[in-house]
Amino acid sequence: MEDFYSAINLLARLDVLIALLIGSIGGVIIGAIPGVGAAVAIAILLPATFSLDPLVGLTLLLGIYGSSMYGGSIPAILVNTPGTAVNALTTYDGYPMTRRGEARRAISLAYSASFAGGVIGILCLIFLSPILAWIAPHFGSREIFLAALLGVILVVLAHRGQIFAAGMLASFGVFLNTVGLEPIKYTQRFTFGQSWLSSGFDLIVVVLGLFALSQAFLLLLDKDNSPKPQPLKGSLFTGLKELLAHKRVTSVASGFGVIMGMIPGVGEFTAQFMSYTYAQKTSSTPEQFGDGAPEGLIASEAANNAVPAAAMIPLLALGVPGEALTAMMLSVFYVHNVIPGPQLFQNQMDFVMALYIAMLLLNVMVLLFLLFSTNLLTKIIQIPTRFLGIVILVLSFVGVYSLRNSVTDCAIASVFGVLGVILKRLNLPIVPIVLGMVLGGIMETKLRSAMARVKEPLDFIDRPIAAILFAIILIVIAIHLRTLFFEYRKHSQDEDHELHDTQIR
Amino acid sequence: MLQVKTLKQLFQRHRRPGNLFFATTFLILSIALLIKVPDQTVWQKGTKWFSQPALWPIISILGMTIFATLNWTSAIVSKKIEGRWQEIGFWLRAFEYVGWFMLYVISVPFVGYLPSTIIFAFLLAVRAGYRSRKMLISSVVIAILIVVLFKSFLQVKVPGGQIYELLPDAIRSFMLTYL
Repeated sequence: MEDFYSAINLLARLDVLIALLIGSIGGVIIGAIPGVGAAVAIAILLPATFSLDPLVGLTLLLGIYGSSMYGGSIPAILVNTPGTAVNALTTYDGYPMTRRGEARRAISLAYSASFAGGVIGILCLIFLSPILAWIAPHFGSREIFLAALLGVILVVLAHRGQIFAAGMLASFGVFLNTVGLEPIKYTQRFTFGQSWLSSGFDLIVVVLGLFALSQAFLLLLDKDNSPKPQPLKGSLFTGLKELLAHKRVTSVASGFGVIMGMIPGVGEFTAQFMSYTYAQKTSSTPEQFGDGAPEGLIASEAANNAVPAAAMIPLLALGVPGEALTAMMLSVFYVHNVIPGPQLFQNQMDFVMALYIAMLLLNVMVLLFLLFSTNLLTKIIQIPTRFLGIVILVLSFVGVYSLRNSVTDCAIASVFGVLGVILKRLNLPIVPIVLGMVLGGIMETKLRSAMARVKEPLDFIDRPIAAILFAIILIVIAIHLRTLFFEYRKHSQDEDHELHDTQIR
Repeated sequence: MLQVKTLKQLFQRHRRPGNLFFATTFLILSIALLIKVPDQTVWQKGTKWFSQPALWPIISILGMTIFATLNWTSAIVSKKIEGRWQEIGFWLRAFEYVGWFMLYVISVPFVGYLPSTIIFAFLLAVRAGYRSRKMLISSVVIAILIVVLFKSFLQVKVPGGQIYELLPDAIRSFMLTYL
């Protein structure tokens, strides 16, 4: 309880509250505009947050992360274009509802489900915190190494159909992190005698290129387009009541969101589809799914909104980010010398608690904002896509250049921007590169410190948590091989779909 | 509309035109890096394997090469997708905007953040095909708003332009600090 009061004290500051307000409302707007996701916004804002207090900077970024999916449901439901990638499933039932004249009901349900998912996710974490604080100190170097390795394996295996490509991109990310002057023996690695390569590839420069610049290039290269949603009439409060009739689906979907969010490399998509499959299988009208089923919409939105809070768990407790957005946030911690990991949970529980309370508050703020200003947002999302490309390009400049006023950084970011364009056009994932960079660095450091106390190879897994993590790695690989074997025997071809064509990320 | 029916199918990523070209390029890059490992990394005597500076470059490049070989093999045995060269043409067109961006980057220390942002946004709006007064004015307004937000309020580190030196003292220091 002491931590709780201390957390409230930390949050009761004007700058934190303003950051929360800007982050949450800004996040909704960014999420609502197809073509700009939370990743683009966070990448651009990262360097600007370095000069802020850690709590202020993180609150701002968390606000964007936690609220963008709320906004993303608006174009998904009204114009069949997801605002962010994780709202893609929302189009599945949301848009058919709009077509049959139930747009207001769909939007209202999406907001309510998102709110429920977000709040349930955070409450789970608040109650889980004492357990996490107890478990986290049992994670030494070898356990963190194995957790990071598990993250890399999962992020590769999660890209079905492109596992080889995901594997080579994740390895490429690990390689990028090794370039430059290595900090232990002070030898040069892959610098080719070039002084500009000695400091290596900065994560933020790479991320800005891959996410923001690539998106700007794509928007400018493609045909100009402007969504035209119809304004909504009537109150949006009805969804809150209707949601009560779907308590079971809401809570199960949120539960999936929490569990999947905690596992590195997995995230929203898995949570959504497990919830969706569950909702469909247990529904009395399964045939309506995909044709405007309210439960389908609830399953999708509750699950994806429960993820952000859960995704903070591996980041805060172990210092191991599970996906691209938390990987970017890790750099905010490092810049301020706040090292996430077991020590943070042990010594700065009030800081962790403050982040959770901030997330709770942001969900309330976003819901209130959306209930009264959805029609305003339907106007904002009409921004023409090429114009949006210009805005992202101008903003990307601030992001890269303000880091250290380097033209070289901008050139490197541009090269990664073109790589991002190619990957997005090829339907290949960007996230493995980013996670490879971050987790590669963690694995290198942790292996070095862990091996100092290991005499025999088996000593590496002689502690219970290390043994469990190692067993999970083996099980994950075995399950994947088994799936491949059965698929090969079945010789079935899945239908093509555009879910991963990342124009919308 | 999405055509995803099962969890298994959700994760399926399908190939797009240009896949073989990219797979080949990436494989060549991986092999080139692998060949350069002895030149570009050091394996120190008397240092244990896990502390070797070359360990992680070797692991990562081996990973790149193995996966890139498998990816290339799977690309070459897959059915050809039409439109490869058209797609590569699309990728190359991105370099035009790289040029615009770099021109903007280079101009900032000379022309100053505010003037170069206004000029860049305006010219790019024209290049993007906008001719209406509304869109062109919007491009200028958004440029000003971005500069004011980041430089004046958030005080991000963007140096003032050399051109500001020509301004009268009072305006110059204001421009250098805020715009």
